Formats: sequence, structure tokens, C-alpha cells
Amino acid sequence: MKARVHVMLKNGVLDPQGAAVQHALGALGFDGVEGVRQGKVIELDLAEGATEAQVGEMCEKLLANTVIESYRIEVL
Amino acid sequence: MKAAVVQFPGSNCDRDMAVALEKSGADVSVVWHKDAELPAGVDLVAIPGGFSFGDYLRCGAIAANSPICRSVVAHAERGGYVLGVCNGFQVLTETGLLPGALLRNAGLKYICKTVGLKVETSNSGYTEGYNAGAEIGVPIAHHDGNYFADEDVIARLQGDDRVAFTYTDNPNGSRADIAGILSENRRVLGMMPHPERAFEEAHGNTDGQRLFAGLMGQLTSA
Repeated sequence: MKARVHVMLKNGVLDPQGAAVQHALGALGFDGVEGVRQGKVIELDLAEGATEAQVGEMCEKLLANTVIESYRIEVL
Repeated sequence: MKAAVVQFPGSNCDRDMAVALEKSGADVSVVWHKDAELPAGVDLVAIPGGFSFGDYLRCGAIAANSPICRSVVAHAERGGYVLGVCNGFQVLTETGLLPGALLRNAGLKYICKTVGLKVETSNSGYTEGYNAGAEIGVPIAHHDGNYFADEDVIARLQGDDRVAFTYTDNPNGSRADIAGILSENRRVLGMMPHPERAFEEAHGNTDGQRLFAGLMGQLTSA
């Protein structure tokens, strides 16, 4: 099984990198970009029998810091 | 007083921390991240600055899950003292020993300079050598020092007098200008500025010395 974990800063947590990317897009002439949030994607190759619940546990314990980040698991 | 300095791959202030503790009179051992146990009878564990595990994933995240950190958490839960400086502060928030998290600096730049700090409380083994309200200068050197916690946590930290240091001129966007916080039992301190780099005359600034002296007084009389 393959899983893809999307980790994003929670709403309300300042994302200065996203803000810098937004600014750079504006400087390139891309008007109308009203917000940019930058996150990360982690792909996992899992042995047979692995479950989505286990991936959830991985997110809680290591892959995301739930104080500041939310995560979404996509099973591929 | 027995102190242990934890060394991760990528720690780079471990030696400075060990020297500051030794010169303050502590019996210091350095422990490797793969060690499962702290040396017997350790009073203080210091988690030094640096870039543990290359700051991969998140600053401090992988270090916080290393074998030694399980013993560090157990030590803190037994009422032991733990000092985390810079990357050490990040590690302590990742272990959950301290609330909140350290985000990328609001200005996105790595900042290395001496900053003004206000000592917010003298009620801790770390800060009893200072007068509350005193202003000191201590160097910072970080890219991810922007302290974040939700409003309830910030209010609780302030209400319980657990903010140890604030910046006099916030360099990194930290909420409520927070530079360092204490645990509920006041024995775990996490701070982004480096007191071990403001320790001896050769550093050009000895404002950090009293933190170690206070700690020593606390732990040798205990």
C-alpha cells in the first residue's frame, strides 16, 4: 500500500513562506493571488497489511506537529 | 551537581553548554542520542543548540523521538531539571514537555545577533539570580524561533508566571514577545537565546552567567 500524507499549517498559524511566495508571484505579474499556504507532502511505501489507522498514528507521533499543523491521509 | 548534555547528530552548541556548566561547578557528562539511559544521579539535563538531524521534517522533531529523549521525558516527569536552548527548546516543545511550537522567523531570515531580553520572573531555579524586570543581552542564532501557541496557552503561561524571558525588541515574530518559558513545575526551561554564549569575559558579555549560577545554587542546596 502507498499512502500520501499532506501536512499543512493550521489556519490562523502565520505562514511566512507562503506569504513570501505570494509576494514573489505578484512581482512576476501574476495578479489576483489572494493567498498562498505552503505545506509538505510525504509519500509512504507500506508493507502489505498496513492500515490507514497506522498512518494516522504516524502522523500524530511524528509526521505532523498537531500544535501547528493539520494532516490529511490519501491512500493510493 | 551532576549534569548531562545530550548530543544529537547536528548539535553544535553541546561543547559550549558543557563548558558553561563545568565552569559553573557541575560534574558534566555528554550523552549520545542513541543511549537509552541517562547517567545515574543526574540532576540537570541540558539539550543544546544546533541542527539536530539536519532540521529534517521539523526542527527538533526527530531528536524528540530518539531513545535518549524518552529518558529525558521520564527525568522531567520525576521532577528533574531540563534546560533546552535554541534547538533544545524546539526539541522540548516537540516532546510535549513544553507547550507551543517554534515556527520559521516571521522575517524568514536566519538571525544571529545579541538581543535584549527582559527577565519576566525570578521565580525559578534558572532565573532566581536575576531581578524580575531586569534587562540583559543574550545572543540568538536561529531560523525557527518564532514562538507560537494558541491564545489560551499564552494566557495560561502569563497567568501562571511561566514566561521566563521576553524580547525587548521582538526579532522573530514570537507571540507575546516570548523568548523562553517554564514548565508547570518550573523545572523545565526552554529558551531560544543562548546563555552559554554570554558566559565568560571572552564572549564580551557575561549576562548568561547568572542563569547557570542560579541553577547551581538551586541544585547543590537541594
